[in-house]
Amino acid sequence: MYDDRLVIAGREFKSRLWVGTGKYKDFVETKKAIEVSGADVVTVAVRRVNITDRSKENLLDYIDPKKYTILPNTAGCYTVEDAVRYSRLARAAGVSDLVKLEVLGDEKTLFPDTAGLIEAAKILIKEGFIVLPYTNDDPIVAKKLVDIGCPAVMPLAAPIGSGLGIRNPYNLKIIMEQVKVPIIVDAGVGTASDAALAMEYGADAVLMNTAIAGAQDPIAMAEAMKYAVHAGRLAYKAGRIPRKLYATASSPIEGML
Amino acid sequence: MVNGMQIQVNGERRNCRSGSTVGDLLRELDIRTERVAVELNLEIVDRKEFELRGLKEGDRVEILSFIGGGTPATIA
Repeated sequence: MYDDRLVIAGREFKSRLWVGTGKYKDFVETKKAIEVSGADVVTVAVRRVNITDRSKENLLDYIDPKKYTILPNTAGCYTVEDAVRYSRLARAAGVSDLVKLEVLGDEKTLFPDTAGLIEAAKILIKEGFIVLPYTNDDPIVAKKLVDIGCPAVMPLAAPIGSGLGIRNPYNLKIIMEQVKVPIIVDAGVGTASDAALAMEYGADAVLMNTAIAGAQDPIAMAEAMKYAVHAGRLAYKAGRIPRKLYATASSPIEGML
Repeated sequence: MVNGMQIQVNGERRNCRSGSTVGDLLRELDIRTERVAVELNLEIVDRKEFELRGLKEGDRVEILSFIGGGTPATIA
């Protein structure tokens, strides 16, 4: 199962399911869900340390950065300046140049501000960052992001946390056909079939958070997602049969009475 | 406050000894230096310089680290 590795900017990943670490009940549940999901990339946010209550535990006491690739995001950033500032802080706090770049355009939809995204990506790439951009399901923007040096693109399936599944499969398919870097479908997955579908379309990986953390049983959903992503990937590689309007018998007529 | 000065840490006023460095402040706050980023007056301080960078009256210090995330929350 693991000879089919995902390679981004020279880094190898064995899991095609990437997970976020927000919204869990506690760190124990976070850790368990990630373990069960089989993900080897986990996203984290960068925030102020609580200086008044130092008893609070640190997420990275539970998620071992030696075992997982820690992918800091710029979640919550609505301007190019903020996204660049948070990326630099993430690099200063962490161990790598990886950043999942988000420049959000609107609080209600959390859709990416793609003009700001491209601008921020240019600045960060010049500074040596490996920029994985969270983008809209827009093939032209995806191509521009690759042209400026993003080694993968992360188009959304639907608004973050919406659980709507893939809203625009045709755009995603166009992106997968036209963009020659890995495509990670990021955000909007609601349940296992959504993840399987993204992989069947040809996505190289799926990133999700709320679909697992917000499920009634996050650990069970983490397991479901692991199988869904794997099944979808296998089906994509196996090559599905074409859709036909009428039946084609599977059993031979010959030998019938 | 004798031999003291006032700075702002993560948006809150705080007294600290004159001559303190970023490293002193982190120790005083009981913050492990691994995996934190420190911004001093909007400029990131290299981890290797925590012990060298002195603080002065009115400095604004931000100390950040990684938290659970994957979905946006509003920035504090």
